[in-house]
Amino acid sequence: MKFPLFPAQASTVAQQVDYLYFFLTGLTVFLMALIFLPMIYFLFKYRRGKAADRSPLKISTMKIEVAWTVIPLFLVMGIFGWSASLYYHMERVPAPDLEMNVVGKQWMWKIQHAEGNREINELHVPLGKTVKLTLASQDVIHSFFLPAFRVKQDVVPGRYTTEWFKATRTGIFPLFCAEYCGTDHSRMIGRVVVMEPADYQRWLAAGQPADTLVQSGEKLFRELGCSGCHMGSSQIRSPRLEGLFGKPVPLEGGGVILADEKYIRDSILLPQSQVAAGYAPVMPTFQGHISEEELLQLIAYIKSLGAKPPEESK
Amino acid sequence: MSPIEVAEPRPLEVSEEAPENYLNVSHTVGSWLLTTDHKRIGILYLLSIMLFFTIAAVAAALMRLELITPQGDLVLSETYNKLFTIHGVLMVWFFLIPSIPAVLGNFVIPMMIGARDVAFPKLNLLSWYLFMLGGLLALHAIFIGGVDTGWTFYTPYSSAYSNTHVVEMAAGVFIAGFGSILTGLNFIITVHKMRAPGLTWFRLPLFIWSLYATSLILVLATPVLAITLGLMSLERIWRIGIFDPALGGDPVLFQHLFWFYSHPAVYIMILPGMGVVSEVIPCFSRKRIFGYRFVAFASVAIALIGFLVWGHHMFVSSQSIYAGMVFSILSFLVAIPSAIKVFNWTATLHRGSISFETPMLYALGFIGLFTLGGLTGLFLAALAVDVHVTDTYFVIAHFHYIMVGGMVTAFMGGLH
Repeated sequence: MKFPLFPAQASTVAQQVDYLYFFLTGLTVFLMALIFLPMIYFLFKYRRGKAADRSPLKISTMKIEVAWTVIPLFLVMGIFGWSASLYYHMERVPAPDLEMNVVGKQWMWKIQHAEGNREINELHVPLGKTVKLTLASQDVIHSFFLPAFRVKQDVVPGRYTTEWFKATRTGIFPLFCAEYCGTDHSRMIGRVVVMEPADYQRWLAAGQPADTLVQSGEKLFRELGCSGCHMGSSQIRSPRLEGLFGKPVPLEGGGVILADEKYIRDSILLPQSQVAAGYAPVMPTFQGHISEEELLQLIAYIKSLGAKPPEESK
Repeated sequence: MSPIEVAEPRPLEVSEEAPENYLNVSHTVGSWLLTTDHKRIGILYLLSIMLFFTIAAVAAALMRLELITPQGDLVLSETYNKLFTIHGVLMVWFFLIPSIPAVLGNFVIPMMIGARDVAFPKLNLLSWYLFMLGGLLALHAIFIGGVDTGWTFYTPYSSAYSNTHVVEMAAGVFIAGFGSILTGLNFIITVHKMRAPGLTWFRLPLFIWSLYATSLILVLATPVLAITLGLMSLERIWRIGIFDPALGGDPVLFQHLFWFYSHPAVYIMILPGMGVVSEVIPCFSRKRIFGYRFVAFASVAIALIGFLVWGHHMFVSSQSIYAGMVFSILSFLVAIPSAIKVFNWTATLHRGSISFETPMLYALGFIGLFTLGGLTGLFLAALAVDVHVTDTYFVIAHFHYIMVGGMVTAFMGGLH
């Protein structure tokens, strides 16, 4: 078994993070020398019993104090600027080529691709494509950590978080849970397999299930009875979902909310909290009846309706 | 009621031949347990934190033994998780926080400012009893099965998923917290009202400045921890939805509240250490501290800015990226007063007359370890690097350099 000192650089941001890291390491060595060399020299030169000039200094101590206050201030502000701009780049998700859903639960990672393929504790991704992960937790807080890509994001129950990367090397890299989540936290590990895009397509096709993510969502939409109210001509007045995703929704009682993943999730689990304007709060909650994975499938389906125009206007 | 002796402002070295002092005025156990003398209370704290330190150290030793191999040959995951919780909880709340403030602070603050005792001697004894009650509750929770949440008690794991004695452990910390608050209050009032005539603020020893800043944090931050752990326990017992999303709560809120206490708390742990070093270095250099006012204000600045940096524990916790940036810049700012102190200590050595007795060796060791620990803090404040290294051994190494390397060496130096 090998224990490399540094994880491989396998994503577009890895090298940039490492530049900053090595700069800080160099700076640390420099500052340590700056402090300790004079200190050791003083300890030697002014040790008791040795003749040395011990007359008080003539220069103003104020100038010295101000100097060693202001110079480090500029230094750390420089580091802040560098790291904050890189952080901004790392946290803002660019337009993705692929999207995948990840659900963390005690103690495994469950992954579903848009094509419907599912994996546990393994994530297959194509080389050179921007991959966006939507992260959800079934129970406690986990953290999806890919050291080779220099990315990490907490997975928080009750909300969706996102993480993105663009792999730059093929190979197999480790995946860890980095937030303590209970007894078998230390075994909540897996691997990321980065493949050539053609290999990735072959891998997808080999394990392709009957339904894609959207199709699974559509099935659920009918099985759970959502379609009874939200589709076609229904006796109950309820909002149509076609063309909804990504649009602002006026709310009953004032206010406007953007129809994103979070809003759809909340509307399914807490339907009384944010009711669209003009509708009565009659929808039952699905909390406890639906898993995080099913929620993500439903959201994928409702998202796919976003592109279509409304079937009928009412 | 046992006799209560008059504290005599004598240095420790003469205790053997002194005719009557706090050690030989009476010898009964009762006289120790009911004492209101600040020196005796300091010694009570010393003995009790040594007990907690020993247990926590054994837990750490077992963890390291287990980690020799990846398999669970010595203990299984569950026990391992309980061990690191024991180590964290006891070391933080029952060793580091009371170490220098309650032991050395109680012992020397009245002597350094020329007072007979602290402002409220009975309250001082009550603090110790609260501390012990909390400590014994925590120990009880450990012996009846332990807790596996880690010292951070992150929700919803702690409030809904863990099957261990979380509430009792939290109650121990909660009660001990009141002891901390009372000690902090006592010190603040003592320093304000009981200084000897002519002992103005800028003539105070730097150790007093650092303990004053520490006490401010104790008084202002500890209640937030008590409330947070209280809410967590309410959620665990009665399923009142505060942090658990299944009950409509927000788990990240817990982190905000927890770190609002626990970041200032690390300054509770390090400021007194800096105070000790600021006394020891000038003493064994036979020279006044370089830049007294800067060192004094640096203590206060660390305490104040320390309240505003809690979010740097949460860069990947899904807080907004702009909040992350604000916390990052404030975290860099808090590095400045720490750097000022290191520079001033070094400058104090210049043209001094340095002797290498044990306390001085500890103090020099402190500067070395603290500087390395502090500089690794720059990596963690740097957002982009933090994303990679947070929640890893990098953080563990960073704060152990400061806590063990810093506080423990300073404590040893101070004891000597």
